Amino acid sequence: MRRARTSAMRLSALAGVAVLGMVLAGCSGSGGNSSDPQSQNLDGKGPITYVQGKDNSNVVRPLIAKWNKAHPDEKVTFKEQSDQADQQHDDLVQNFQAKNVHYDVVDVDVVWTAEFAAKGWLQPLTGSMAVKNSDLLKPTIATGNYNGTQYAAPQTSDGGLLYYRTDLVKTAPTSWDDMMKDCTIAKQAGIGCYAGQFAQYEGLTVNTAEAINTAGGTIVAKNGKTPTVNSPESKVGLQRLVDGFKDGNIPADAITYQEEQGRQAFEAGKLMFLRNWAYVYNLAKTDGSSVVKDKFAIAPLPGNGDGQPGASSLGGHNAAISVYSKHKQTAHDFVEFLQSKETQKFFLTQGSLAPVIGSLYTEPDLVKQFGFLPTLKKSIESAVPRPVSPFYPAVTKAIQDNSYAALKGDKTVDQALKDMSDAISAADTGS
Amino acid sequence: MSTETATPLSSKRPAPRASLKKRQHGQVRTALWLILPTMALLAVVIGYPIVSAVVMSFQKDAGLDPATGMFVQGGFAGFQNYTHWLFQQCTSASGTVACPPGSLGAQFWNAVGVTFLFTVVTVVLETVFGFWMAIIMNRAFKGRGIVRAAILVPWAIPTAVTAKLWYFIFATTGIANAILHVNVLWVSGEWSSRWAIIIADTWKTTPFMALLILAGLQLIPDEVNEAAKMDGASTVQRFWRVTIPLVKPALMVAVLFRVLDALRIYDLPAILTSGGGGSGNATTTLSILVVDQIRQGPNSASALSTITFLIIFLVAFIFVRFLGANVVRTQESQQKGTL
Repeated sequence: MRRARTSAMRLSALAGVAVLGMVLAGCSGSGGNSSDPQSQNLDGKGPITYVQGKDNSNVVRPLIAKWNKAHPDEKVTFKEQSDQADQQHDDLVQNFQAKNVHYDVVDVDVVWTAEFAAKGWLQPLTGSMAVKNSDLLKPTIATGNYNGTQYAAPQTSDGGLLYYRTDLVKTAPTSWDDMMKDCTIAKQAGIGCYAGQFAQYEGLTVNTAEAINTAGGTIVAKNGKTPTVNSPESKVGLQRLVDGFKDGNIPADAITYQEEQGRQAFEAGKLMFLRNWAYVYNLAKTDGSSVVKDKFAIAPLPGNGDGQPGASSLGGHNAAISVYSKHKQTAHDFVEFLQSKETQKFFLTQGSLAPVIGSLYTEPDLVKQFGFLPTLKKSIESAVPRPVSPFYPAVTKAIQDNSYAALKGDKTVDQALKDMSDAISAADTGS
Repeated sequence: MSTETATPLSSKRPAPRASLKKRQHGQVRTALWLILPTMALLAVVIGYPIVSAVVMSFQKDAGLDPATGMFVQGGFAGFQNYTHWLFQQCTSASGTVACPPGSLGAQFWNAVGVTFLFTVVTVVLETVFGFWMAIIMNRAFKGRGIVRAAILVPWAIPTAVTAKLWYFIFATTGIANAILHVNVLWVSGEWSSRWAIIIADTWKTTPFMALLILAGLQLIPDEVNEAAKMDGASTVQRFWRVTIPLVKPALMVAVLFRVLDALRIYDLPAILTSGGGGSGNATTTLSILVVDQIRQGPNSASALSTITFLIIFLVAFIFVRFLGANVVRTQESQQKGTL
């Protein structure tokens, strides 16, 4: 048995290595700015690289081909990452830490912008780097703003919509309370009334933030750090969701719902109201399994009762320029190209990505093809970005865990908001 | 010695002996050179990561400079990262406080408890079922090959796929609820989510246990059992007095392997329940906590992974030192034929 003994030892050593190896993969010291790369290479022109996650609907390659044709001396190379958000994030972190000069223009999820900006990796879009575009939807600009400085330019967006059954309710409710009143209709029809994304994941942060923002509350202050969530307004917002579960207006299953489960339930006719993103619209109209094809419509999220629509959270991505880039002028021009009307239209028609340019939402031929556009515009116009914080992973966890506990009735709303606030405040130390 | 040197016949002897010594010496040196690449490799792939992680665990994570809103290096932390986990202390604006719910720091002891719960329950279940399967597989009957292959199927499926399969089985509208005629929200309840993990893990790794036990069973000569039968031992007596002692060495190794494996369980709960359930962390194991922490602060994550490593190492040590000593004795007495 001696052999077994040594192999057991070896195994335990290996187990240790495996655990430690995981850690190593995620870190190698954080970057500082030694010689202020922010002021260098501002007028550099030449070939650059554009970094983005997997280009599933093949929109980036044709765009780059078009750019390269017009700019033979400033060619753009496409560096395609995986299609997993976490992997994209970690790939960017590693390359920024290595000060890779070939990651010129990067595509960042709206919730990563503050972290990268605070690490000093993103070129402030000020002075000659400013990206001028008067046609942008306002809330999308805020997602790229950290501590009063613009670090990233909105590239694609997305907002929440209320899907409702036109055969059961004549007009969409404009406030949360009206929607809850309509729930008697759903009860008579024997189906669930309302659902969003309430499983414990990023979707719950989105839904909680929407409830809180709609009621007039906020989660963090402008500095991205000080928690402001423990307020009477936030309490009203979170209480609405908690009561929804308590009354059965939100079916108990919904605590396990991500986007897809909600969509499937709605398409199967089991829900009267659904909060989801714009992608559901065309699917619910065309899916073979959808029994509600001609029986639903969309509206902005229900509001606070003052006639205004609810405050949606924002999805989407921003384009940012690396401070380590050697050709920032070209990078800047390319970002403007990504934001141009023509490109944005191409994003929409080829990739079904919601544009950041307001005027596209009202073009008749586009509206015909994408019926959700006018409503989506209203949703984005009144949207509030998710907390712009350099500690976003900790902030979103603080929101998810405590909101989830409140929805399940394990915690009072007051306690949940207090814990949420404390946990956000403890996030600052990074530990 | 003196007589030897006196006899002229033996005067030739020292020469070959010296060359033997020399040869042995040379062999040792050659052996050293031969091991050297392995040692160098081990230093790089095992030594460096461990040392580097330990060094990192004594550094503070980067924090925000309130004036500029930019991250600055944290500096030396002492044991702060360790006390952060072990005593669940967080620093906030108002100094050191107990980590509030919703921060990773508040989850350490919960994660330790969950990890050990999974380990104990799954290993016990797997040992019992594994033994049963091994006894079946050990019998000679028609179609034994097919049964053996069938039992091994769950082990052959990648864990990620297993986790997804059980995720669908345990969905609200899944087959588990349909067959049991209940409406349990498996992945969101506190204990139901833990049972979901335990069931899926037992289903998946029992074959591994069965295979190792089967190897042990096959080493038992038929004569021993037959002799016991002749002596009038009942089936139960033969199982406890003959089979168990003889299969024990193989069994202990199998249990050790499974315990170490279960202590670092990550993929199954990560995919099946995302570490959720209950108030949100009913199935968060230590490894899940480490991975969550990496994105929030790698140095603190290093401290956590060092703690995890020490826990696993301690368990392995206890196993080998105390239970393993037994294993060796069993085998020695077996060889001497005193058993």
